[in-house]
Amino acid sequence: MDNILRFRDDEAREEPAVTLDSFFDQSNATAVRLEDGDDARQLIPYLNRLAMIEIGFSAFGDGRGYSAARILREHGYTGELRAQGDVLVDQLAYMRRCGFDSFAPERPIDTADAETALSRWEHVYQEAADDRKPIWSKRHG
Amino acid sequence: MYKYDTYDQKMVDTRVEEFRDQVERRIAGKLTEDQFKPLRLMNGLYLQLHAYMLRVAIPYGTLNGTQMRTLAHIARKYDRDYAHFTTRQNIQYNWIKLEETPDLLAELASVEMHAIQTSGNCIRNISSDQYAGAAADEVTDPRPYAELLRQWSSFHPEFSFLPRKFKFAVIASDEDRAAMRLHDIGIQIVKDGWDKVGARFYAGGGMGRTPMIAPLIREFVPIGELVSYAEAILRVYNRYGRRDNKYKARIKILVHEMGAEKFIEEVEAEFVHLQGQNIDAPAAELERIIAHFEDPAYEVGLTEDIDRSDPDFAVWLDQNVSAHKQPGYAIATISLKPIGGIPGDASSAQMDLMADLTEQYSFDECRVTHSQNIVLPYVRKADLYALWQKLDEAGLASPNLDLISDIIACPGLDYCSLANARSIPLAQKIAKRFADIDRQKELGELKLKISGCINACGHHHAGHIGILGVDRKGTENYQLLLGGSGAEDVSLAKITGPGFTEDGIVDAIETVTDIYVASREDGERFVDTYRRLGMDPFKEALYG
Amino acid sequence: MKILTGNELKSGDVVWWTGYNWSRHVSDSIEVGDNVDQIIAREIAARTVNDCYIIDAERTDTGLLPVHIKEKIRATGPTVRSDLKIAPPDPAAGNWVI
Repeated sequence: MDNILRFRDDEAREEPAVTLDSFFDQSNATAVRLEDGDDARQLIPYLNRLAMIEIGFSAFGDGRGYSAARILREHGYTGELRAQGDVLVDQLAYMRRCGFDSFAPERPIDTADAETALSRWEHVYQEAADDRKPIWSKRHG
Repeated sequence: MYKYDTYDQKMVDTRVEEFRDQVERRIAGKLTEDQFKPLRLMNGLYLQLHAYMLRVAIPYGTLNGTQMRTLAHIARKYDRDYAHFTTRQNIQYNWIKLEETPDLLAELASVEMHAIQTSGNCIRNISSDQYAGAAADEVTDPRPYAELLRQWSSFHPEFSFLPRKFKFAVIASDEDRAAMRLHDIGIQIVKDGWDKVGARFYAGGGMGRTPMIAPLIREFVPIGELVSYAEAILRVYNRYGRRDNKYKARIKILVHEMGAEKFIEEVEAEFVHLQGQNIDAPAAELERIIAHFEDPAYEVGLTEDIDRSDPDFAVWLDQNVSAHKQPGYAIATISLKPIGGIPGDASSAQMDLMADLTEQYSFDECRVTHSQNIVLPYVRKADLYALWQKLDEAGLASPNLDLISDIIACPGLDYCSLANARSIPLAQKIAKRFADIDRQKELGELKLKISGCINACGHHHAGHIGILGVDRKGTENYQLLLGGSGAEDVSLAKITGPGFTEDGIVDAIETVTDIYVASREDGERFVDTYRRLGMDPFKEALYG
Repeated sequence: MKILTGNELKSGDVVWWTGYNWSRHVSDSIEVGDNVDQIIAREIAARTVNDCYIIDAERTDTGLLPVHIKEKIRATGPTVRSDLKIAPPDPAAGNWVI
């Protein structure tokens, strides 16, 4: 539990995340977990009632979770979006940009290292799921 | 050419510091090799056969003199005094030390260069037409669009852990000088009936183990949506590309297995969704980039006359100099394929000379071609003789552009741990066998491409004559393929039959070129005669 | 015989296990025994090399060389650049008897 890095102001929810299959059977679950290959778009009708979506990274090289996260944010999801599993400090900045705001790495990440990684990039080139202005936007006001 | 602003400079500088930190953590043991490997690959650093190999990016193959001179300096200071220009318009150094790489990258950053995303499962260098900005047949210079895509693809947060590598090519003419149809995404910049600029998108091409020609995905994307359309394709690939098998993980497999029609449906649906997400930069940004690619300050009233009295110069002039859109100017190709030399290699001294020539004769701009040569795109016709003399002194004036000795060869087993056979000694033997320039000219345009393994970095599938090196019970063996092309007449070469020894395949090439000479009809190139006759007569002559 | 080879982590140089350290010359290789897995694990953990593995080698007229052509080239340098060849420190090294 101490492994969790969280970048939200609200309280962390205690409710465990159910699998995507279970979620459709349970009318009252507010936390769901997506595996690498799950289709995040299946959750679009339910985003309002979800407080937590956890996306599992079975291997850090499997980048499907980045698309899943961004899709959820693009469809208006404002709850907690957590990356769980093989998550390394060198990926945190990209994951934040894709909309993740909490992290449950299998191997603990030193908070100072995380802070360094997340504050390293002053600028970004492209629009993503965070609210950072891309360089082209800064260039043209 | 494009010049960094403070934002671009900050990005490459930050990347250098990030990688410096990652190298320190690796050496200190805070990162295992498994964790570090994708990070160093995303900075172009491979662990190769002899040492670390660094691949430096040359965006759409464009360099100025200062950059070329820096590449020479890097070769001297950090490597063994030479480097290799690649089939993706990049440059490779073979003897790099991990602990020196951050300093090397810092030196590159000081001249607006980098090694970002030249390896790894991410979007790689975006290649383009080596005659961009100078060719009469282009609709517009394709490179501003390549630059827009370069910035969008750099440090892309969603697409840095793709199923596999991803390669773009961008052209702007019907003649395809960049093998555009053999890329993961190939883009042709076009104009519609109202003269509005747009992008014709192809996706799912590639060579490697399963060569495929990219099908058309969308005939016309308005240029203001170039990036969001690319984003849609990348997202479909990231979500659905195979991750179970490294050899089936490229987008070409996805397009093939899904079927082009279904793939297009997915892309179009994603594109509709992305259109609301403010992905595309405003027109002002594209205009800002385009402004960097205006024509150089051409002189007018220049002579078109060239003194051909030096016969060696005349041969080079006829073969290596191409027509320019601007009167009084020409496009000159510097051959890195001297007979018996190593295709694509240049010494640091040669790179220094090319830097000087770039500044003196070509408005400070040169290009790396995917055929591993160097182009000076803006040479006054009046200067061609003086240029040639300097090239000739330095062994850079082989008059063999697109002839049989203008061989594309991957580094092969001499340098690459993926290879099954050496390609360079074979290229040298072939070039020596056909060294006589009159014989070469008699054979005419003949694109010969050698790969040392099935990964096809030598583009053998796209060779009029292609050669694939294989391992046959522990010895090197070579398969012969005929009839490929990476140009607008794109086709995939077909294998002739059983493989040959190194000497055997040199003889085999002589056999097939003899058939060509004996059977050709007016104006036919080797590949045209092959396409007309089919494989049978060649097979017959080779195997009896 | 089986020998152990790898790449030095910091420099990337091709190196060969001598029994107690890593040499840049294949002629210094020793035949590895049953404890090689321990050596591999220890050396990777110590970060002398970034990876290492066992290959086949044989004694030839020109000394100890890997059997496979790829490893031969790795041991001796690119065949197309004689100026970059890795020369053994002593041409007779392959004949030493310890």
